Order: sequence, then structure tokens, then C-alpha cells
Amino acid sequence: MKRHLKKYFLFILIILIDLLLRWKMPAAGSTAISSSVDYLVEMLLFIPPIFVLVGLLDVWVPRKIVEKHVGPDSGAKGVVISILVATAAAGPLYAGFPVADALLKKGCRLANAVIFLGTWATIKIPMLMMEIKFMGLSFALTRLILTVPVVIFIGYLVEKIVEPGKGHSEVKSA
Amino acid sequence: MFNIILFALTLAALIYSFKKDRQKTRQALKIAYNSFRNILPNMLGIIGMIGLMLALVPRETIEGLFGNNSPLGILIISAVGSVTLIPAFIAFPLAASLLQAGASIMAVSSFITTLLMVGVITAPMEIQYFGKKFTIMRNVFSLAAALGMAVIMGVVLK
Repeated sequence: MKRHLKKYFLFILIILIDLLLRWKMPAAGSTAISSSVDYLVEMLLFIPPIFVLVGLLDVWVPRKIVEKHVGPDSGAKGVVISILVATAAAGPLYAGFPVADALLKKGCRLANAVIFLGTWATIKIPMLMMEIKFMGLSFALTRLILTVPVVIFIGYLVEKIVEPGKGHSEVKSA
Repeated sequence: MFNIILFALTLAALIYSFKKDRQKTRQALKIAYNSFRNILPNMLGIIGMIGLMLALVPRETIEGLFGNNSPLGILIISAVGSVTLIPAFIAFPLAASLLQAGASIMAVSSFITTLLMVGVITAPMEIQYFGKKFTIMRNVFSLAAALGMAVIMGVVLK
């Protein structure tokens, strides 16, 4: 109960502020409440299917594929697979750390691990749907088109600096 | 229209998955339910804040700070994006509400790109896994790239 209360603290606080506003400044109060309700309805209408997609992608896209194909000599194929698998993953960036770490331990190239993390953070499929919905198709597409080369470039750049003279990784991990 | 396509797509995928493997499908639904439950408190909080912002912060304030692509405004919003840890799912509605409230595309893009690519709060965790050099390099390059992308997006999208 206490844990729940803590999780919903912000929400409860906002409801109290909304009520106070409603009472002291009725105009602002009803604007606040009605905009929040509008956003809530809009999100509840399509968030459930997005989460179902997240779950389906997560169980059906095997991360083992990555382990097989992103080794030291993997080249372009490794990059493509890193990107594809990361776009299907569920969870925030920090949930990607242990996955990338496991990849490195299995001999994956450092650049591919960085690319994997970068993709994980920026272009997951369900996330793109959310982006299209709220920011519009041209915004989402422009960001996507810019992100892919940038993420790949950062991957190779980080590899060059962290492991100068080495094509593959033996990063020690804590 | 978007919703209809999404529902149809999801339903088709769900039926196909169920026919192929019940166990996996059940697992997927469990993941869906857990992700939803995890995000709900944050989602309700952010939606509440969007409402308060739209009602209380005058349009002129947001326009003045984030509406004219001033370097200071971009810097502030990028710092906020780099530091905060908001799930991407609810970052997009928040970004949309900022646009609605008068912020420029460039400012909103900086918020989104830094939020997604730079992780200051998660850096200690990243260091534990990959070391200091890796983490600093990845985040510094990502920050530079995020700002560059935002400027391009601000120019390309009008």
C-alpha cells in the first residue's frame, strides 16, 4: 500500500493541485483538468495495443540471433542485425545495458554494442508509433532518417577511441 | 484512422502468434500487462503536469523561452532532456503539448533527441557495465549529435 502511494505520489499531488485550482481559479482549473483528461483518453485509446506489440516483439525476436551474428568480423551484417533486434526490444535504455554487456562478453564488436544501445534508446518500433501519433509522420521520419547514420557513426567513433588499433572488443566489465 | 490500423495490426499479430505458440503469446501478454502497469504512475503524473502547464504557464513564457530558437532556450531544454529520465512513451505527448504551448520545432526536437540519446542519471550504471571512457565518449558524442539533429529538424520541418 505504502509502495503504491509512493509510486502515485506525483499523480495524487497533481489531483490535489487541480482541485485547489478548480476552487480558487475556476478557469485555469478546468483548463488543466480538461487538457489532462483529453490526453489521458487519447493515450488510453491506443496504448494497450502498443504494449501488446511490445510484448509480442519481445518474445518472438530472439536475442540469440545477435550473439551469433555480431562478432568481431561481422561487418555490415552485424550492424543491420544489431539495429533490427534493438528496435524490437522492450524497456528503457538502462534495460539495454545488461544485454549489450552480454553481447560484448560473447565476443561482439564494440561498435556493434554501441549501435545496439543507440538503437535501443532511439528507434524502437512501438515508440515510433507513439511518435507518429503525437508528433506527426514527417517529424518521426525525419528523426528516423537522421538517427540511423548518426547511431552507426557514433558506434565506430566510440570503438576507435575506446579501443584504438583494435577491431574488436575485450572490454572488461565490472 | 491511425488507431484503427494499429488495432487491426495488433489483433492480426496476436491471432497469428496465438496459433503458432500459446505459451509464448501468454508470455507476451504478461509482458504487455507488466509494462503497462510499470508506466501507469509515471504516465498519469506526466499527463497531470501537461494539464497544469497548459493552464498555468502563459503561452508567452514558453514562446519567449523556447519559441524563437534562441541558443539559451535550446541549451536549457537540452539540459532538461539529458538529465530527466522520462520513458519515451510519455515523452512524446509531453513534447506535443510543448509544441501546442508555443515552443519551436527545434526546441522540442532537442528535448526529444537529448532525452533519448543522452543519459546523465543512468551514467553511473553505464560506467559499471562498460567503463568510464566508453560512457563519457558515448554520451558526449550523443549530445553533440542530438543537438545537430535538432537544428537540422528545426530547419527542415516547419
